[in-house]
Amino acid sequence: MKTQTIRYAVRSSIALTGLLALAACGGSDSGDATGSGANSTATQSNSSSAPARTLTVFAAASLQKPFEEIGDAFEKAHPGVTVKFSFGGSSGLVAQLQEGAPAHVLATANEATMDKAVADSLISGTPTPFVSNTLQIVVPQDNPAGITGLADLTKSGTKVVLCAPAVPCGAASTSVEKSAGIDIKPVSEEQSVTDVLGKVRSGEADAGLVYVTDVAGAGTEVKGIDFPEAKSAINIYPIAALKSATDAALATEFVSAITGADGQAVLREAGFAAP
Amino acid sequence: MSLEVDVAVPERDVEVAFTVETGETLALLGPNGAGKSTVLAAIAGLIARSGTVRLDDMTLADESTGTHLRPHERGIALLAQEARLFPHLTAGDNVAFGPRAHGQSRRDAHTTAVRWLEEVGMTAYADRRPHELSGGQQQRVAIARALATEPRVLLVDEPLSALDVESAPEIRDLLRRVLATRTTVLVTHEVLDAALLADRVAVIDAGRIVDLGDTARVLGRPRSDFGARFAGLNLVRGVAVGEALRMPDGRLLHGLAEVPLTDGSPAAAVVAPSAVSVHLDHPHGSPRNSLAATVVDLEPHAHLVRVRTDVLSADITAAAVAELGLARGNPVVLSVKATEVHLHPA
Amino acid sequence: MTRANFPRWLLVPAVLGALLVAVPIGAMALTVDWANFGALITSEASRAALWLSLRTAAASTVFCLLLGIPLALVLARTSGTAATLLRSLVLLPLVLPPVVGGIALLQAFGRRGILGHTLDVLGLEIAFSTTAVVIAQTFVAMPFLVLSLEGALRAAGTRYEDVAATLGAGPTTVFTRVTLPLALPGLVSGTILAFARCLGEFGATITFAGSLQGTTRTLPLEIYLQREGDPRAAVALSLVLVAVAVLVIGFTRARPGSLSAGTS
Repeated sequence: MKTQTIRYAVRSSIALTGLLALAACGGSDSGDATGSGANSTATQSNSSSAPARTLTVFAAASLQKPFEEIGDAFEKAHPGVTVKFSFGGSSGLVAQLQEGAPAHVLATANEATMDKAVADSLISGTPTPFVSNTLQIVVPQDNPAGITGLADLTKSGTKVVLCAPAVPCGAASTSVEKSAGIDIKPVSEEQSVTDVLGKVRSGEADAGLVYVTDVAGAGTEVKGIDFPEAKSAINIYPIAALKSATDAALATEFVSAITGADGQAVLREAGFAAP
Repeated sequence: MSLEVDVAVPERDVEVAFTVETGETLALLGPNGAGKSTVLAAIAGLIARSGTVRLDDMTLADESTGTHLRPHERGIALLAQEARLFPHLTAGDNVAFGPRAHGQSRRDAHTTAVRWLEEVGMTAYADRRPHELSGGQQQRVAIARALATEPRVLLVDEPLSALDVESAPEIRDLLRRVLATRTTVLVTHEVLDAALLADRVAVIDAGRIVDLGDTARVLGRPRSDFGARFAGLNLVRGVAVGEALRMPDGRLLHGLAEVPLTDGSPAAAVVAPSAVSVHLDHPHGSPRNSLAATVVDLEPHAHLVRVRTDVLSADITAAAVAELGLARGNPVVLSVKATEVHLHPA
Repeated sequence: MTRANFPRWLLVPAVLGALLVAVPIGAMALTVDWANFGALITSEASRAALWLSLRTAAASTVFCLLLGIPLALVLARTSGTAATLLRSLVLLPLVLPPVVGGIALLQAFGRRGILGHTLDVLGLEIAFSTTAVVIAQTFVAMPFLVLSLEGALRAAGTRYEDVAATLGAGPTTVFTRVTLPLALPGLVSGTILAFARCLGEFGATITFAGSLQGTTRTLPLEIYLQREGDPRAAVALSLVLVAVAVLVIGFTRARPGSLSAGTS
């Protein structure tokens, strides 16, 4: 705890010094934005023989649980390597990378967001699709509105919460609506899957549209309802090594760990489907 | 028809009882911290559970029955040490505040305010804000404001102590005029205020009344040692003649008038006993006032002896008493400088 | 500038402190896409968010006044343990993370909250409505008004109120004609602060009210959402909010402070 505090103090001091330098030379170039804002986790390697290396992975929030598990295994297999994760909304992660945040690997929750990173020449090589995810209707455990299928979400008086169209899960919801030919009038368009889940879990909303994996990880307060129209919006998760990666070989190895059999098994366990 | 007060405020160790007749001014005289202001607060209703206050046949407060009229229901106005004019209102609106609160229309209240501002000589300042007025002017407006509510009783708390020496005599004169016919309780530590404004004086020491009586008697012949030390002051009433007072026995007492006196009008002279010296013969030299008198009594107090005569009292040392060989009935000559004799309208 | 009468070395941290605020704001102004600024801030979503923010902040400020003025008076004129506890309670939203406030509001006014059923019976649906936004804003902003006004009321004291009472003014007259006018500077700055806090409210709103264009998506929520969709719009809208904030601060500085003068 104490070392953490000291680290923050040191970082802030460096930022302030940068501020001074900036003021002194009147430069207008923006400094490096670190991966603050997203929740970072670091798993310390206890190996001592190999030289210490750090691998930073930016990944969509829905990947947190399986990725941490795969990260642990990766560290065991690579003595001296520490894997640091920054989980967050895919768009936000890409925005941070555009601002120059240092990272080795990026895994997003849809291809459109990854395309942005590709367009900005952040990616080395071609992104690899590694899992897919589909939408599921999430309702409180007692399903007070009696939801059985997608059409029920348009019933008047039913409080439905969706992701905002600007975020990947919202885009997926929109395309499902389009292909099903229905128009859901949500009472709220949330920022992230977590917010949708929260509104349903607390009973404020009668139903929401989230990913299968989110329902699987949400516990017993909510339950998921499959619906056939979900096929029209299968979300492909791509992963890629970043150009800025200081250790390109290690980055590629991590991508392989994700696409490899062991990594896929962990992801399948968490509810993800094959790409 | 009177104000009956029987007040006890244990937390301030104040316990006093007195009656003020209608139209009379009673001064509560005592040093700072004697509990005088607490008594006023109790009469005004600003502190609760404080004893009994009756006005004519109306009970304003009675601890035994739990009666406690709130301040605005009592018809008692309070004039405090500081003027406490509402800073956000003009002088005129300050005076109109009470009449408005009593339900007068805006126009009637304005008329009332104009009348009272005229009464205190502040007509020209009606549109000024309090911070644009001097201390004396503020106190004048405060007096007008208190009187504009036509209070049945006026409570006056050290009205002059916050004023400079120039404006104090003028405000004292104004108070003397307006208090003449009003039922008033006046709190002061200035013996002069009590001497000039009060019909009767109650001397308060440590929360208790130690002497109560007509002003001239309490000041001239105090019954308590404390009263003698604190309140001792010669007060002589008579008629103004130039810069002098013609005493009832026809003799003149020369002095200084702080406000101009009209010849032939009633006036009072105030002389501190310490300013009076005692001789066996007419002294040589300058004193304007040299009066033959007869010793009535000799009262030791503190380290001095108060020599009471049929004219003025004098405070001299015990050694001087011995040297002069003073005793009751002795003829003496009193001398006092004219600058020590303060003349006031009465 | 007047002659400095403080240790010169204090200028270094002082300048640093000022830069900490100035550099990010300036950077935002520099990076904003000025060519499309007009289009970015006048999009339908932006206008809906700005209009909703202004409406809800105004309504919340009115509620802050209706509830906060009496609260401030009670706190300023009472003492003792109960008053201390009440003060701590009222000021709690000031130190609480707004998202915690949102969660707390859900537990009270949400559909499954302890008052939710009663409100349901009364036909009041608060969740996901503009009402929820106003409740959330009032919850977080009221302490600013109460704190500011209570200080002014304490400073004014009861001397003038006592005088007014002895002049025959009843408690209500004293309150409206003496107490409030004397505390006016504190009331004005408290109101402005509360309004500004309402405008900036985010955490409690997104937790308690949700986010829907024209109904619950206020300007801060719109900015947060645009970060995902169109970061240029987020920067442009942020600048609008900065402009509004600067106006509000200017208001506070320009307010007449002469009323408290001449209280002798």
